[in-house]
Amino acid sequence: MIQELTSENFDQITAAGDVLVDFWAVWCGPCRMQSPIVDEFADKHPDVTVCKVNVDNEPALAARFGVAAIPTLAAFQGGQLTGKKVGLSNLEEIEDMYK
Amino acid sequence: MDGSAFDILILGAGPAGISAALTARARGRSVAVLGSDPMRSALARAERIDNYPGLSGMSGWDMLAAMLGDLERQGIPRITGRATAVMPFHGRFMVSAERDVYEAGALILAAGTQQAARPYPGETKLLGRGVSYCATCDGMLYRGRRVAVLGLSAGSEADRDFLKSIGCQVLYFTGTQAKNIEIQGEEKVTGLWVNGEEYAVDGVFVLRDAVAADVLLPGLDMSDGHITVGPDMATSVPGVFAAGDCTGRPYQIARAVGQGNIAALAADRYVKEHEK
Repeated sequence: MIQELTSENFDQITAAGDVLVDFWAVWCGPCRMQSPIVDEFADKHPDVTVCKVNVDNEPALAARFGVAAIPTLAAFQGGQLTGKKVGLSNLEEIEDMYK
Repeated sequence: MDGSAFDILILGAGPAGISAALTARARGRSVAVLGSDPMRSALARAERIDNYPGLSGMSGWDMLAAMLGDLERQGIPRITGRATAVMPFHGRFMVSAERDVYEAGALILAAGTQQAARPYPGETKLLGRGVSYCATCDGMLYRGRRVAVLGLSAGSEADRDFLKSIGCQVLYFTGTQAKNIEIQGEEKVTGLWVNGEEYAVDGVFVLRDAVAADVLLPGLDMSDGHITVGPDMATSVPGVFAAGDCTGRPYQIARAVGQGNIAALAADRYVKEHEK
């Protein structure tokens, strides 16, 4: 179950545990390629909370995390940003963000 | 996938790509050709071609028009656009171009000579940190900010206009204006040098005819700016083949057409083996 984050719930949901945030937009082709890979990661790692941020609706969140290109994936562990990857990532690359 | 799915997708609409498409079609494969408009290429401006058997003296324009006519007669779709990302996924490939995503069982890279695709100083380091190859993907992140567009390909004006329409302040440089380029910045883009003049910008959109093959497909083996291929035109990435000028010299139509044919036959075999 992948939830869409907004400025209202972002801090609360990323505050604890392992969280993956996929910054995306509907008009971005590579983001639509990233999506099934993120889905696969979510299925394989139910211990990680997987979320999305639509940068079009949430420009403040994109700016806060310095998102300059999409897709960008951000890993949070225990409320801390522990990794950020810009551009398309495959499953192994996403898994590596939690090693 | 929202776009279309094919057995074989060919990136590049010049002689190598067209030849590959015709052969793939003759093998009964669903195939499409994705690339910038070949009628705006250097070949289209060649006054006469004297070493292509049987068609001596024909202009580049007429030869390309005849080749594109063959595609049309075979009902092979031609998609005008620039591939910006390729991702292997469960034995197939996803390819994005502009706002669309396509899927294919095998790819043939035939986007022409890679010389023009060599990165500018600072470009690779700052890719994704202010440098972008896709205005439609990343433009919205630069709303209200100043960006430079290096319009190195035929369709670049449309991208410039798109960026203006969403509220970016756009500095536009054509291919002939964009000399001695250096992209400045450490963690992110802060400026751009063009011909000894510095411009403060937050983003630089580098719009070439084609994104460099090893940027599209990280890990693709290259040598001297050319894609490394085996005798059957296979690259170092299984399921990805290459043909034409992108694989090396001489940059000749006869070589491109021959390699396109070989690549398509090999891609057909690859797809067949993976259908089982």
